[in-house]
Amino acid sequence: MAQKEQSAIAEDVVFKVSKLTKVYEIGEVKVHALRGIDLELYSGELIVLLGPSGSGKSTLLNILGGLDTATDGYVTYRGKDLTMATEQELTEYRRFHVGFVFQFYNLIPSLTALENVAIVTEIAIKPMRPEDALTIVGLSDRLGHFPAQLSGGEQQRVAIARAIAKNPEVLLCDEPTGSLDSATGVVVLEALERVNRELGTATVIITHNVDIAGMADRVVHLSNGLISEITRNVVKKPPRELHW
Amino acid sequence: MRGQAFAIALVIVSGVSTFVTFISTMNSLNLTKNKFYWDYGFAEVFASLKRAPENLKYRISEIPGVDQVETRVVADVKLDIKGFPEPVTAKLVSVPDTGKPLLNRLYIRKGRQVDPWKDNEVVVSEGFAEAHGFSPGDKFGAVINGRWKTLVIVGIALSPEFVLQVRPGAISVDFKRYGILWMGRTALATAYNMKGAFNDLVLTLSSDTKLNDVLVQLDNLIDQYGGLGSYSRKDQISNRYLTEEFRQLERSAEIFPTIFIGVAAFLLNVAISRTVSTQREQIAALKAFGYSNMDIGIHYVKLVILIVLIGVAGGLALGAWLGSGLGRIYMEFYRFPYLIYELQPSVAIAAALISILSALLGTLHSVRKAAMLPPAEAMRPEPPAHYRKTVIERLGLGRMLSQPTRIIIRNIERKPVNALLSVTGISLACAIMITGGFFKDAVDFLVDVQFKLSQREDMTVTFIEPTSRKVVYEMKGLRGVEHAEVFRSVPVRLRFEHRSYRTSVQGIEPSNRLHFLLDTKLKPIDLPPSGIVLTDYLSGILGVTPGDMLTVEVLEGSRPVRQVPVVGLVKQYIGLTGYMDLSALNRLMREGNAVSGVYLTTDSLYQHEIYKSLVEMPRVAGTVVRKDEIRSFYETQAEALLFFTLVATILAGTIAFGVVYNSARIALSERSRELASLRVLGYTRAEISYIFLGELGLLTFAAIPLGFLIGRALCAYIARALESDLFRIPVVIEPGTYSLAAAVVLVSACLSGLIVRHKLDHLDLVAVLKTKE
Repeated sequence: MAQKEQSAIAEDVVFKVSKLTKVYEIGEVKVHALRGIDLELYSGELIVLLGPSGSGKSTLLNILGGLDTATDGYVTYRGKDLTMATEQELTEYRRFHVGFVFQFYNLIPSLTALENVAIVTEIAIKPMRPEDALTIVGLSDRLGHFPAQLSGGEQQRVAIARAIAKNPEVLLCDEPTGSLDSATGVVVLEALERVNRELGTATVIITHNVDIAGMADRVVHLSNGLISEITRNVVKKPPRELHW
Repeated sequence: MRGQAFAIALVIVSGVSTFVTFISTMNSLNLTKNKFYWDYGFAEVFASLKRAPENLKYRISEIPGVDQVETRVVADVKLDIKGFPEPVTAKLVSVPDTGKPLLNRLYIRKGRQVDPWKDNEVVVSEGFAEAHGFSPGDKFGAVINGRWKTLVIVGIALSPEFVLQVRPGAISVDFKRYGILWMGRTALATAYNMKGAFNDLVLTLSSDTKLNDVLVQLDNLIDQYGGLGSYSRKDQISNRYLTEEFRQLERSAEIFPTIFIGVAAFLLNVAISRTVSTQREQIAALKAFGYSNMDIGIHYVKLVILIVLIGVAGGLALGAWLGSGLGRIYMEFYRFPYLIYELQPSVAIAAALISILSALLGTLHSVRKAAMLPPAEAMRPEPPAHYRKTVIERLGLGRMLSQPTRIIIRNIERKPVNALLSVTGISLACAIMITGGFFKDAVDFLVDVQFKLSQREDMTVTFIEPTSRKVVYEMKGLRGVEHAEVFRSVPVRLRFEHRSYRTSVQGIEPSNRLHFLLDTKLKPIDLPPSGIVLTDYLSGILGVTPGDMLTVEVLEGSRPVRQVPVVGLVKQYIGLTGYMDLSALNRLMREGNAVSGVYLTTDSLYQHEIYKSLVEMPRVAGTVVRKDEIRSFYETQAEALLFFTLVATILAGTIAFGVVYNSARIALSERSRELASLRVLGYTRAEISYIFLGELGLLTFAAIPLGFLIGRALCAYIARALESDLFRIPVVIEPGTYSLAAAVVLVSACLSGLIVRHKLDHLDLVAVLKTKE
């Protein structure tokens, strides 16, 4: 049974990361952010990348999201090699396949919640209605509000709505609760969990907060540019049960 | 900030350099003029008359306040120059037999003074000599009082009286077709039967003399000798033009630098407030360490002054260079023996002070804000910007907007004052460009009206004395003459109430086909059979309106004084004239069918033949060919016009570039995070460029029509400021000038947009996600 499930998932590999290395040159100092990482990410899966700052988790996420290039090794998305993609192909990849959620939300201050979502659906192929995306994150009553009129948690949920509205294959979240208090963070995580569950979007969440790992299918522990451990949660905790 | 500082300094360079160029050119010309006038004894009062005995001179010198008097014989002559088949006329002025004139002394550039006893020696004016390539020893023919004579050039000279050497009634200097010749008094008097007599006089005044009293007494004395009315330096033609030119330079020195310095102050204000807001945390830290408000304020003031000083230094250097260049261009028209170009320290200091003060005034608010910021508040990032839906969206048109367009218009609406100032700045660039092209358009229009609508003759022939109308048959008899129409020209003084003006009245035939009078809308009008029609500007000077009775004092013949009703007004851009029906004028003069000249249309094939016949006719004083006059006008103006257009283009380009670049840099610093976020979300470079440059594009497009309006208003102001009885500049701006202005603004805007766009391509997408705003 377990084996059958494993192979079914194996057929549905979203990302395949192999011997991924990233070296930054800062002045004359070389910083090895990733030292040869192997990892596969499956469709519909929720993964938490856990590690202290400087462990390489953001670098990995940026390469997965087509924002950064690898020094060595490769990453494929649905069989296509991202490390060989041109700037234009990467833009297209981000445009149609990836949803991003950032620590500082990165909303456009001059656009309302609805418009912040619409700015993405306008350029997507088969998007959902911006209103629906905002309803999923529980903000159907805040459509006309500008970022300056929303709380941090609400802003982050607008960011999630913006990320999912294009119906992306993967959702990449970089410290989505990093700027939020625990109660608000839970609301945001619930939104992510719901998207993952209901839409089946493969989700990667970066955090240095161990408690959040409880909601993941798999937890990838990074340290010093290497994967130190991959654990699987037999029972996923619902976000509302998480505390920090 | 470096790029912005550079752009702002560039605008200051423009402001300071225009200020320095205009002021220093004006000062230099003024200095040169004053020195030349002083060193060479430029007279203060001038008068022409028909003929007076030499001993009248003693009665004139007894007029209280008169210092030195010099009598002269002056005549207009026709010249015949080998290899130059077109008609040339000259003013022949006598030089006393002592060799040196007392007043209006000659600066001999080459050769020597005339030998007073030789009747074939002349000194010629420099411009005329240069135009024909004459040197001492060269010869040419002249018709002196009806007799042909070969004259030998012995010297080339300049005179304070003919700094601007313009034929009366001509539209500009024409060195090829009009010259000044100086000849010994005895020789000239003999030729014109003026022995022991004179027909022209100049004098100087002792200090604290009432000029008007002298003029009145002088007129009383010369009246019975056919005096044409005395006048002072103020009305002396060469000096008049110089004064007008100074007025023009002075106006330019007011208008253009004000625009540039204003724009620079605005740019500094925007740049400094942005710098202050990005440096909030540093300011807070410094304050926390114990720096006072004063220290912080002084820091920013120093920054402003540094940028301004860089601009001032560049502006002074460029201004001095342009100033001496402009001075040299003026020297082509205005013949001084030398140009004393000097950039006075006071001008440089004034330029620096004006720039620094305006810049500080412009930045006062932002510097104060920076200085007053409490440290704790400064530590926190600025609160997020508040946006709201724009007017367009509240009107219900929002559905039509894409999100990127929405971003553009909301950003503009959030800072309406900044947007307005940017638009104003760019529109001023456009306006300056229009003023650069305006002169050419106005001059083209003026020439068109004057020579194509109004005066359609090919040639104007004037006679030495009023002649019988029958002369027209003689003219028609010349081979190649197609049509001939006579005219009468009478020197007059027009008086209404206490105002008067010296000019001439032209009598033309009502059925004429060559000389049309145009009403104020430039439509041809018929000349009424009686009464006088005045140039509209002249009616303003005299304060008359149609229906009023005008006193006409004729300054010729029996010098009748008559009352004539004003029956209409006509438009004319050059000079001021009264017009009457020829027979009405003849009746007023109590003369028969007298005429002063003839307008001709000719077959161009026979033109040279016609000139030759005219030179040989003793009663013909001179011939002016319309085509030559227009050509020479353009030739003399071309360089100056090119200079102004070029300078205007560079300056307008600088402003447009400066304003757009500055706005672009600020937009980039305010919005790079937003744009990088959009790049991460999958927006292409082109799409974010649209958001970024769209705002600037929108501002630029809004600025262009506004610039057209401001430009037109500015041209109208300039035209108004420069109008005088010598000429009025029509406010005419051709579509080509508008297009060029728009093009220069667009190209400059695109250029600065592209430079900044280049930075967009290198946005650090990763860094922006890791930082708070």
